[in-house]
Amino acid sequence: MEYNLPADLQYVETDEWLRMEGDEAVVGITDYAQSALGDIVFLELPEVGDTFKAGQPYGVIESVKASSDLYAPVDCEVLAVNSSLIDNQEPINSDPYGEGWMLRIKITGGTDKLLDVAAYTKSVQERDH
Amino acid sequence: MLKRTPLYQRHIALGARMIDFGGWEMPVQYRGLMAEHQAVRNSAGLFDISHMGRFSISGHDAQRFLQYVVTCDVNALSVGQSSYGLLCNDHGGILDDVFVYCLPSEYLVVVNASNREKDWNWLQRRSTGFDVDMQDLSDRWAMLALQGPKAEALFCNSPTMQHTGLETLPFHEIALFGFFGVNGLIARTGYTGEDGFEIFCDANKAELVWDALLALGAPDSVQPCGLGARDSTRFEACLALYGNEISEATNPYEARLGWVVKLDKGDFIGRTALREIKAAGVERKLVGFELIERGVARGGYLIHDLDGNPVGHVTTGMPSPTLNKPLGMGYVPTALSKEGSEFHVIIRDKPVRARVVKMPFYKPRYKR
Repeated sequence: MEYNLPADLQYVETDEWLRMEGDEAVVGITDYAQSALGDIVFLELPEVGDTFKAGQPYGVIESVKASSDLYAPVDCEVLAVNSSLIDNQEPINSDPYGEGWMLRIKITGGTDKLLDVAAYTKSVQERDH
Repeated sequence: MLKRTPLYQRHIALGARMIDFGGWEMPVQYRGLMAEHQAVRNSAGLFDISHMGRFSISGHDAQRFLQYVVTCDVNALSVGQSSYGLLCNDHGGILDDVFVYCLPSEYLVVVNASNREKDWNWLQRRSTGFDVDMQDLSDRWAMLALQGPKAEALFCNSPTMQHTGLETLPFHEIALFGFFGVNGLIARTGYTGEDGFEIFCDANKAELVWDALLALGAPDSVQPCGLGARDSTRFEACLALYGNEISEATNPYEARLGWVVKLDKGDFIGRTALREIKAAGVERKLVGFELIERGVARGGYLIHDLDGNPVGHVTTGMPSPTLNKPLGMGYVPTALSKEGSEFHVIIRDKPVRARVVKMPFYKPRYKR
């Protein structure tokens, strides 16, 4: 299948994207992730000020068919959460890189594990069949 | 290597997301689970259920044999009728839930995909001493389910079905029909809580029948539906799924399937054990519950009583698309099984309060 994977974003294997803005970043889940989950009906996000290590779960996302953890893509502190998604998760499906953003974070660790679009596309292709 | 149904190429062409379901490469969704669920509830959905097992049982002792291996009363079935039944082991554990159809010269037994081999071997083994001929027709036949409030009108008003009398086929009955130039069996049954049909035809004709059923009515009147919508619709109607609500470790009484066990029909496998289980009363029961606090319960999550003691587990849980709230089914001690009883579902180490509600969550709209 074809997924919308913008070239100007960074990615992680756990299907989160980051839009880097200096030492801050906006985080959400990728088009591939929202497509795999299907219609999202429930979301749990952290509080502003919470801190996470890369790979640690920061929230939970649920569709009718599955529940899935959301993983911090880098060591970070949460600066803002898109709390409008708690009541209406639809933008995560319809606009995962825009209205469906989840967190604004301050990056507190390394970013060398992040994938560029080519590496992430390869990862998706390997898993998508 | 995953097994594929005769409709595999159709699923791929429709852009389905395919998953491994009990060794079968099956579509979990096409356009989206929610849209497919709504199609089944409001219009019509078409499912490929060819992965299910279809056994023909004939011969002099066919009726006597089936009466001995299933819990329902096969002797009560006239030609064209069917019954939901259970295959139980000698201890009363549930080996599978099945549909038994009485055809003019044989019985057709439809079993779960995941249990095909197990059931086949079990039936073979227990047929010693009976004069029966068992045929596994699973690969030769395809099986489709057309489900939804508009299924009957769409199918019966199509040129191919006019004047065939399909609209008069009673609930849970089966008959031979010609449709789209193909001969096959149609039963008024399903697994969604809606009126609808299950259609049996030659595997070689499966694509033709699938295409024709999808084209019924106006464009998009019939939506192809995957296993996701099959699970969410059967869940709302509180129909048991083998491996979730029922297994060899559960007995029919705790699963609220006592109505399928006809203890008075004569001897059958598991009868002695089942009679004892019934007389003793069950220690746990399957209940339906809603979450009072925020969260989504999923199959396998633990249930604790309000004092924090582990007392049971969730069998299936999800946000109900029709009722628009997170619901679940699970096993709890009989004392906690009454409507209004409260307990905790443990969701990611956090107790989330739940309350027992009436089953089914969604009242089936069968045409009887």
